[in-house]
Amino acid sequence: MPRPVFPLQRSATVTSRQFAGLCLVPLAVFTFAFLALPLVRLILGSAEGDAGWGIYLQILKTPRYLSALGQTVLVSLAVTAAALAVSTTAGLFLVRNRFPGRNVILSMLTLPLAFPGVVVGFMIILLGGRQGLFNQLLPGHLVFAYSMFGLFLGYLYFSIPRVLLTVMAAAEKIDPSLEEAARTLGAPAHRIILDVLLPALAPSLIAAGAIAFATAMGAFGTAFTLATDIDVLPMVIYTEFTLSANFAMASALSVLLGLVTWAMLLIARSFSGTTVAAGG
Amino acid sequence: MLRSPAKLLQLFVTLVTCAFLFVPTLQSVLAGVTANYFRGLSSGLTLKWITEVWELYADSIFLSVWLALACLAVTLVIGVPAAYGLARNPGRVSRILEEFISLPLAIPGLALALALLQLYGSFKGFRASPAFILTGHVLYTLPFMVRSVLSVLMAMDLKTLEEGAATLGAGPVRRFIDIVVPNAMPGILAGALTVVTLSIGEFNLTWMLHTPLTKTLPVGLADSYASMRLEIASAYTLVFFLMIVPLLMAMQWASARASAKASKAAQ
Amino acid sequence: MTLILKNIAKTFPGGTRALLPTSLEIAGGEIVSLLGPSGCGKTTLLRIIAGLQTPDPGAEIRFDGEDVAALPVEKRKVGMVFQSYALFPNMPVRGNIGYGLKMQRLPKAEIAARVDEVIALCRLEAYADRPIGALSGGQRQRVALARAFAPRPRILLLDEPLSALDAALRTELRGELAALLRQFGITAIFVTHDQDEAMAIADRVAVMSHGRVAQIGTPEALYRKPETAFVARFVGNAMPLGGRIGKDRLYLPGGVLALAAPADGKQAFVRAEDVRIDPEGPLTARVETVTFLGTHYRIVLSGITKDPLHALHSGLSAPKTGETVKVSIAPEAILTLSAEDEKAA
Repeated sequence: MPRPVFPLQRSATVTSRQFAGLCLVPLAVFTFAFLALPLVRLILGSAEGDAGWGIYLQILKTPRYLSALGQTVLVSLAVTAAALAVSTTAGLFLVRNRFPGRNVILSMLTLPLAFPGVVVGFMIILLGGRQGLFNQLLPGHLVFAYSMFGLFLGYLYFSIPRVLLTVMAAAEKIDPSLEEAARTLGAPAHRIILDVLLPALAPSLIAAGAIAFATAMGAFGTAFTLATDIDVLPMVIYTEFTLSANFAMASALSVLLGLVTWAMLLIARSFSGTTVAAGG
Repeated sequence: MLRSPAKLLQLFVTLVTCAFLFVPTLQSVLAGVTANYFRGLSSGLTLKWITEVWELYADSIFLSVWLALACLAVTLVIGVPAAYGLARNPGRVSRILEEFISLPLAIPGLALALALLQLYGSFKGFRASPAFILTGHVLYTLPFMVRSVLSVLMAMDLKTLEEGAATLGAGPVRRFIDIVVPNAMPGILAGALTVVTLSIGEFNLTWMLHTPLTKTLPVGLADSYASMRLEIASAYTLVFFLMIVPLLMAMQWASARASAKASKAAQ
Repeated sequence: MTLILKNIAKTFPGGTRALLPTSLEIAGGEIVSLLGPSGCGKTTLLRIIAGLQTPDPGAEIRFDGEDVAALPVEKRKVGMVFQSYALFPNMPVRGNIGYGLKMQRLPKAEIAARVDEVIALCRLEAYADRPIGALSGGQRQRVALARAFAPRPRILLLDEPLSALDAALRTELRGELAALLRQFGITAIFVTHDQDEAMAIADRVAVMSHGRVAQIGTPEALYRKPETAFVARFVGNAMPLGGRIGKDRLYLPGGVLALAAPADGKQAFVRAEDVRIDPEGPLTARVETVTFLGTHYRIVLSGITKDPLHALHSGLSAPKTGETVKVSIAPEAILTLSAEDEKAA
């Protein structure tokens, strides 16, 4: 008997749900037009060369691309390992010790967060370039900025502040009573680090490491500033696109690079996700 | 505090890292105000290089500021309602959408720029205007805005607050204006500062998307590193530091405040 | 305002029936409590009245005869006090209280006057301009009540309004809340799982269990004449007297009790205050524990029935643990109830 009431009621409750849906429309439109469509275009574009979809096979058969890929992976792995080692050491030290000047050190370590890759490249030139600090102190011996080692230092420079902040945030969340419990059970300092601290930090370290790796794989600005003859994947993509006008190959390499970095970040997300769940 | 050799080693690593990160920063600041870098500080301090940078690159600085503000406006208009929409519909679709808009954080800027260029490069008017770079910047910064606002919204009991307003007679739009936006403010502020900081420093996308007439600050920086004398490159970097470092500090302060608010609300 | 509910039910998408078809009538100015354990459907019913949840088709919600089931929450003119208070952290006390009036687009001066009036009524003068974060739990509770009441709603709905407070404050504010609600003279429904709270505040209490109203009545009626075993247990913690009932006698392991009336096929219950230590009593029990509570002792007795029986004993001394005592229970103190809904419980 009160039948006609319900369609009305439904539409009334949906209004606020409709509004919440409406709020997503600008995002959906923008993302569709400027992210989804261009990415589809990029993927399709990679097959528009003579080789068609075979272009991905061609990448694997061309030594220049393969060696670029290998070098990129190697330098990224090295950067990841170094950034984790340095940041964990410094991060744990800063979390567990309060001393005058600690905040100054902390600001110095996090300042480069805002530097884009180009500026980081310039920082490495100032250290190891032809007119760099090391070459001024020991003339003629130490020009390393324009080599793979320079690139490694640049990526390291870029990654340290990010990894450091992640490690410190995670270390601050570790329950101090865990360590106290280990101590009451007679564990020596190095065992506490191995048995208590590192396992507690592990998810954050994996997440931060994956981010550092992905960032290093895709970094362009630093390599661009240090320039010249470093054959890492982003530089190869850039030269394919601008110099050789080989759009299909540039697209294919971009797709490949994007897939690798995206996969790495998914891993990072799944690990940091579990940390959040465990911490909450 | 330096009881053990292990501690000493930790301190040493910390200090070396600190030097590695900070010495070149200091060098570039000094080089930017030194009359002749190779003769060192004894050659005297000068603002000559900064003036020269201003003459050469003022346009790129203004374009970057303008772009950052425009980027902020767009991310606010798109991102704040979107964060609310995502918070109100916590389901699979929202998760996928959030994951999808975060892709620009995962995919290298170079790849994104190529994608944009291939699709829209032939729209000459769009391609040649700063709006093309703006698109890239919004693409890259939008996830930061959405996540920052979303995390604050998720931490508070948004549903009950809105129900409270609804029982008092407020419809959906009023609730958004009166309740959602003011309470999300710490997240909006942190997101806004992040967006501006990232937009001013963005290079990877911008380098591919810019034209000779739409050079931004970081594009100008790359240009000066490649073709100008060290003092000018340093002075330009110094100008960049002066803009970005206060922004970074404000951003860190705002983010800490937002997450403190969020964890307080979650208790 | 009178409230008439007919055929209110709620089935969740998964098929869970949170509320079975329920009908209820509440007179103007009456204060009714929905009392029950968690998951009994009391909050669902309240939220349906508010318009925050949609009932299953066929429901009728009448405010003074007008069917409001189709109105969205913001048009229903209900005042609601939430369990967490849901005070807006971005507004001071005054802003919170005036928000509903602002939504009615009243002139500023009138809003200010009415806010002042409610602030005075709720004795919040000293806190009027404070931010919400600077208030104590009890003050927040009063602001939430003032905010719900200020727009002169047709009905006031309170969802566990005291449960966010600590025990001592809860007892103190219970009386204050009852007094304020009476002063408002407004029809009010409040949800609670605390029987003391329900009895102290409400004119009538609806005891709910498993999505239905088990019994509705004045606190006294519920206490003295529970209709089901569930109500007897939930209101006043009646304890079962497990034994055999033959005509007007109750045969227990610890002895035989007289019943006021024949009660074949029913189940017997008793409350702790009706279990007396009495040298002349017909029951024999062993004292398990004795707890001194100031005004009285709580004595746990074994041997009378399967489960230990509690007795409230006043007097200057109490029997010792391990002693054997005689116990009596007056025939009129024994509640004889059909045990059918016990299976569901």
